[in-house]
Formats: sequence, structure tokens, C-alpha cells
Amino acid sequence: MFSDYTSTELVSIFAMQGFAGLILFSVFVLMALGLAIIFGQMGVINMAHGEFMILGAYVTYLLSNLFETHMPALFSIYFFVAMIVAFFAAGALGALVEWGLIRHLYRRPLDTLLATWGLSLILQQTYRTVFGAREVGVSLPDWLMGSIPLTDIIEIPINGLFVMGLTLTIAVSVYFLMFKSRWGGQVRAVVQNRPMAGAVGINTEKTDRITFALGCGIAGVAGSAFTMIGSTGPSSGQLYIVDTFLVVVFGGAQSLLGTIASAFTISQAQSTMEFFLSGSMAKVLTLLTVVGILMLRPQGLFALKIRH
Amino acid sequence: MFNVNNLSVAYGQSEVIHGMNLDVKKNEIVAVLGRNGMGKTTLMKALTGMIPSKTGSVLLGDRELAHLKSYDRVKAGVAFVPQGRMIFSTMTVKENIETGLTTTKTKRIPEMLYTLFPVLKEMKSRRGGNLSGGQQQQLAIARALASQPELLVLDEPTEGIQPSIIRDMARTLKKIRDEIGLSILVSEQVLSFALDIADRILVIEKGEVVHEEVRAQVDEQKIAAYLSV
Repeated sequence: MFSDYTSTELVSIFAMQGFAGLILFSVFVLMALGLAIIFGQMGVINMAHGEFMILGAYVTYLLSNLFETHMPALFSIYFFVAMIVAFFAAGALGALVEWGLIRHLYRRPLDTLLATWGLSLILQQTYRTVFGAREVGVSLPDWLMGSIPLTDIIEIPINGLFVMGLTLTIAVSVYFLMFKSRWGGQVRAVVQNRPMAGAVGINTEKTDRITFALGCGIAGVAGSAFTMIGSTGPSSGQLYIVDTFLVVVFGGAQSLLGTIASAFTISQAQSTMEFFLSGSMAKVLTLLTVVGILMLRPQGLFALKIRH
Repeated sequence: MFNVNNLSVAYGQSEVIHGMNLDVKKNEIVAVLGRNGMGKTTLMKALTGMIPSKTGSVLLGDRELAHLKSYDRVKAGVAFVPQGRMIFSTMTVKENIETGLTTTKTKRIPEMLYTLFPVLKEMKSRRGGNLSGGQQQQLAIARALASQPELLVLDEPTEGIQPSIIRDMARTLKKIRDEIGLSILVSEQVLSFALDIADRILVIEKGEVVHEEVRAQVDEQKIAAYLSV
């Protein structure tokens, strides 16, 4: 498949597809971070995680319209506002869902799977009713459009760089929150041993609610980033949930670095192969490789080594 | 100071603790002895709120704890060192102790804890899971003390620990009692350790207190008879 191209063309193609994959990478990282935090903390597999992302995307869409019609002067900064609002909107919905649904189902993993699946259907239908079945797109401010030419053929999309910077910032903040703050210590204690965490004085229920909200909030930000690579429809989130699970499992649960590395590998592999093969063939190859590696390393790419 | 009245605990239909009464006075060390399967761990877990009790009251001072969640009991002043230590193995020693600070207003680990357990200071950035059994036990006690309790509850602290360290531990626990001025309730199987530290000894069998004596008048033979299989 490479024989149709000269070597300089090949290098350029790899570079271009690599940069194009950055947005996908960012969406994966943000989604997977949220999912991994929630799964690690509560053992809840949140099947509705994609819908939380889409909530963020719709929030971005609404704000983009709002700014366009009412505050055109501020349109250039609307994206920052949108991300913050998306974070809090998805986070608030997450807290509500935890309070109304998830907390009654702890220690029943299969039931939470079904319940969050049901929730995802409910949310999809709600989006369909409110926003209509047709996909919507957002308009980006001018400074996010276009690309920086690196060489004659290689161009780097600006929004890709922006989203990537954003993702790194969020990943670093999550790292500090989890590993350097008092709250993070409590979260990790609950993850390790829930009854014991309660017995040293940690309010496990409150920790659960905030963690769930945080995970969903990050998904909301992922939704904001998502508006740059795809148009937002009621069921767009579904397409990403499986890939996100793949990223989490491949990276090794509870390893932040592993999640990022695996998101990078998977998104780049997909993006590069999609150029040469069809999209579904690229997915098949990615899945096969991941399955193969997981058979050799069931604990994922990165896993902590301690004696117990 | 700490009064348990008519406490019953059941796992589903099978009742394990039957209407138990016990009390711990201020600055007193009480040891609960009993063979395997007599309900020691169940009792300790019920007192700290890790499993719910069926009936009865648990009073600390005049505050009723029986319906509180375990983290609220810690806040009220009951700290727990569980059987098997249960430290958070992927977290560092320092982080482990810090989890105990959750209910307090302090942000920093009190120096006093490091004075009591100097080894923890040396190892403060090691992961808890990489400590030896005796060190983990010290960590579990330090973590419990960090919440500034009035009552320290320990469940079989000597389990799986070598004899010389057991003697150290008895000394440390008494020192803690004298320096901080708290009460200690400890469940045990090792008679010598219980005799070493306790002011009063209770023997439980099949979920009931069958024998109670103050340390000074203890009839060692009689208690040993209860413990032998």
C-alpha cells in the first residue's frame, strides 16, 4: 500500500495524519480520564459516558449560537466559556445521576451497567427531542481555523494544537489533584479499600459524588473538543464509548500515564491507517493489535508494582 | 466513657453477637480475649460502624454512635486499627497517615506520631505495601491516632508479627495511653500480650461475655483454659 508514494510523500502523510489524529487523541484522553476515574473509584462502568460528552458538545453548540447572535464582539473567546460551562453542566448532571441512581447500585456492577445503558438511551432521546435528530455543527472563531505550514506539504491544524494544549493542561491538573492534593489522597484511599477508608474517617459517599461529577465534567470538556472533529448528533457519543473503554483497558486501569500513552497509540494508529485503508479495516487492525498485546500483558501497558 | 449496651450483631439471619454489654473507662486499656470464631472481629467492626448492628446502643461519653456511619464515628472520636492492618498499599506512608487527618482540622502530620514511630519518618515516601508487617502495624496505628481519637479500637494487633515486636508494641500502646490520654479497646488471642497491656480482661465466647477480671486479680490459668481449644 505504501508503494504508490515516494518517501517524502510518505513522511508528509504520516506527519499530517499524525497531527490530524491529535484531536482524536485529545478526545480519547479526556473521555478515558473521566471513565477511568469513575471506574477506578466506584467500580462503575458508565455506559452513559458518551452522552455526558455529547452534553458538553451541545452546550458548546448553544453557546456558539448565543455568542454569534448576541455578543459577536466576544465570539473569539466563546470557546473558553463553552468549555467551562460544559464542564459544570456535565458535572452537575453527573452529581445528580450519582445521587439519584448510581449510589443505590454500588456493589452491583452488572446492574449499574444496565442502568447507565438505560440512562444513555434516555439522554439520547432527550437530546433528540430538544435539539432534533439532525446533527449540528459549531462555528469556530477565526483564530482557531486554518493551519500553520511547516514545510511545503506538511501543515499543522491550529485547532489540533489548541485542543492538545488543553488536554495536557487538564491531564496535568488531574494528576496534581489525584496525587498531590488531600482530596486526591482520599479518593485513592477509597479506591483501594472502601470500608477501611470509611473507618479512617473519609466520607466515602461525598467522595464518590464529587468523583463521579468530576469524571462527567471532564467528559463534558471532551465534548467541547469533539465539536472540532465531528458534528454533534444525539447518538454521536455511542461511537466513542467503545474506543474509550479500549483506551482505559489498554492503558492499565488506575494509571494516568498509561491512559495517555494508550490514547496516543490508539488514536495515532487509527488516524494513520485510515489514510491507507478503510476506516473499518483500520479499526480491525487496531483492535487485533490491542487484543494481542493485552494477551501478553493483561494488566495493561503500565501497572504499579508493589507487594501486597 | 465508652458504653456498649445490649449490642446484637447479625449476618443476615445468623446472630453472632448476642446482647453484649461492655464498657471502657477513661484512660483504661481493656482486652477482649476469645478463640477464633467467637465474634471478636465482628464486635470490633460493629463498634466502628463497618458492619451495622441489629439492636443496642454504643455510647461515647453521652453521644449515641449506633446509627452513625463509620466516618462519623471517627469524627466522634473512635479510631480503628483493623485485623490485617489494611493500610492503603499503593499510597506512601505519609499519604497513609494523612488519610487519618480527614476528620481533623490539622493539615500537617503531628510530629508526635513520628516521635512514637521513628521508622515511619524514615520511610515516609515509601509505598505502604512495601513495608514489613511490623512497620505496617505501626503505620496503621499512626493513621488511627492521626484522627485524634478518644478511644482506640484494635483488632488482633499481634497477628502475624514476631514476638520481639509484639513486646515493643505493648510498650508503645501503653505509652500512647499515658501520653495522649486515651482509652484502648483491643481484641486478642495472645494471652501474654493481653496480660502485658490490659487493665481489665474480658473473655467472649459465642458472642457473649463469659468472664471478666481486672488485671491485678487475673487468674491466668482460668483464662488460658478459655482460650485453649
